[in-house]
Amino acid sequence: MSTQEILETPAPRKPWAQTPIDKAKTAAIFIASVLIAMGLVASTPLSGKLAFAAIFFVVYLLIDFVVSFLKAGRPAAVDSLFRGLVTTTIIIAVTPIVSILVTVWARGHKGLHWTLFTRDMHNNAFTDPVSQGGLLHAIIGTFLLVFFAMLISVPIGILTALYLTEVRGRFTRPIDFLVQAMSGVPSIVAGLFIYAAILVPLTKTVNGIQGSLALAILMIPTVARTSQEVLKLIPSDLREAGVALGGTQWRSVALVVVPAARSGLITAMILGVARVAGETAPILLLTGGSGTKNYNVFSGSLGSLPNYIWQGFNAGTPESITRAWAGILVLLAIVVILFTAARILGNRKVGKK
Amino acid sequence: MTQAPAEIPAKREITTKPRFSDRVFRAVVTSGGLSSLVILGLILLFLLFNGYSTLKSQGIHFLTSSNWQAVVNDAGQFDAKNSHFGIAAMLIGTMIVAVIAVFIGVPISVGAAIYLTFYAPAFVKKIMVSAIDLMAAFPSVLFGLWGFFVLESSGEYWAKLLNKYFSWIPIFKLPAPYVNRSPFIAGLVLAVMIIPIVTSISREIFSQTPLDRIQAAYALGGTRFAMLRAVAFPYARSGIVGGVMLGLGRAMGETVAVYTVLNIVYQVNWHILFSAGGNVASMILLKFGDASPQEIKALMAAGLVLFVMTLIVNSLANLIVARTGKSGR
Repeated sequence: MSTQEILETPAPRKPWAQTPIDKAKTAAIFIASVLIAMGLVASTPLSGKLAFAAIFFVVYLLIDFVVSFLKAGRPAAVDSLFRGLVTTTIIIAVTPIVSILVTVWARGHKGLHWTLFTRDMHNNAFTDPVSQGGLLHAIIGTFLLVFFAMLISVPIGILTALYLTEVRGRFTRPIDFLVQAMSGVPSIVAGLFIYAAILVPLTKTVNGIQGSLALAILMIPTVARTSQEVLKLIPSDLREAGVALGGTQWRSVALVVVPAARSGLITAMILGVARVAGETAPILLLTGGSGTKNYNVFSGSLGSLPNYIWQGFNAGTPESITRAWAGILVLLAIVVILFTAARILGNRKVGKK
Repeated sequence: MTQAPAEIPAKREITTKPRFSDRVFRAVVTSGGLSSLVILGLILLFLLFNGYSTLKSQGIHFLTSSNWQAVVNDAGQFDAKNSHFGIAAMLIGTMIVAVIAVFIGVPISVGAAIYLTFYAPAFVKKIMVSAIDLMAAFPSVLFGLWGFFVLESSGEYWAKLLNKYFSWIPIFKLPAPYVNRSPFIAGLVLAVMIIPIVTSISREIFSQTPLDRIQAAYALGGTRFAMLRAVAFPYARSGIVGGVMLGLGRAMGETVAVYTVLNIVYQVNWHILFSAGGNVASMILLKFGDASPQEIKALMAAGLVLFVMTLIVNSLANLIVARTGKSGR
């Protein structure tokens, strides 16, 4: 061999990679399963897309099992069977998401028109033709409800997170536990609580702020737990540097830790909002569902998107149900936008501005 | 070298006593932190205060009887003597739909978590995780409407199949040929609703499996399944039980989706394919609209029972999850 050849860097090899023959085999198994499944659906009383999918999975797993068994014996066959099974479960888990998104678009876009966002329902019924009326009042209402819920829950949630990560006093463990327990409070219970604590003894009528309070209860644990995760990621070097410069704990938290975690804390806030924007049960008990624009959360019935959807669904005519789906489309769009914003902010490296 | 000694500085006081600003800061943060305790306490207190009269007059029958009658006498007054409030049917209904949800949702979620942790290529994982997290943020009214308009027809078909081939199992029997809006379909919708939370918790736990043990299993020549069976499953088992219980708690408290999908009938119904059922939360919503003040007090008591139930399930779940990471062998 010449020295030339020895000096050459060998191309990296991947002995575990699939060879073209392996790929061809996988493709062949796949196609065979599709054909067999189609054949069975056509020739037996089984019918429908779901039956096809089910037969396909069973046949595919079976062929794959036999092929691996012949190739490498029992352990490999069990391994490939298990791989097939977990792949099936992830497909089943994602199917509803796709189905929900497709359904919402397919049914909701029929009810969409521009005046939806400029008019309210004060002189229309849900059973009127879809082109009349709109949901401006509902969007305003949802915005107000969520805004006031945020005003209450964000400070409390972030303070809780600061207590759990910065102060770490005597109550750290019980509070950590209670925040987690609080995230499981059913929404109807939060509604009942506000009803019993405020509506019955004080106001005796529906208004917006009661809804905001109930939403705040549901939002606090989300904000607190997400903020806690973010604050945990702030390197303790930063805190120590703050203290070493002679700062008090208050100054090092306020001027170093919180600014460093800013984008994460905003993410926590957004996730909290996404969590409660579509919450329906407490809204139904507490806020009423006026069809007129109402800018005052402290008095009068306040319409909101969940309530609009609920009324449309319960009115039961094709028009009203189309309205409900259009409402859901708007609500879902809001949730998806918020969620994406939270994702983008959250993916930024913590500690960078 | 007999220089006059430099003036010795006065002894400085070194103290760990927090400054005034820090004491204020700690007081504010601590009071904020204690709010969760205060809120949970207030919920318990107010529901107890409002539901107490019902709990006292009905006693244990509130939990064991299935009779709900708010009687109004001829004068239009609430008749406490002849009114009966018992939530047994709804309690059983709650458990039935929640258990169906867990039974269907958990295998799917755990399988999905295993796929995402140990099998998925990076880009697939990223997309799937985002999709599943997004699903966790879907409002429950959306699941309800989707269940009512889309899942219902498939669900009825599956229910008929189950009834046709498995009717020798008592719970799959049908007292009458009505399979629409059954606990089975409500359970399916709830299963879809708990998939995100159970998946994300299982995924978190699986991803904590110690890497050295995983590599040891591979080094011994194990297949991926052998590694999972010998290393990942034993490590994650208790944590997944916790995740399952969190899902159960979520499914027990669901209101709007169940209300939309289920045909709420006030009777104990063990036939999960039959069109009758209910749960405590949806019953509260159903009866709330035209309830008299006294009946609302009874509903508060029902809310109290639901609150305590979910609190217990969730607390147990959190304890189990928290213990997982630390107790690895």
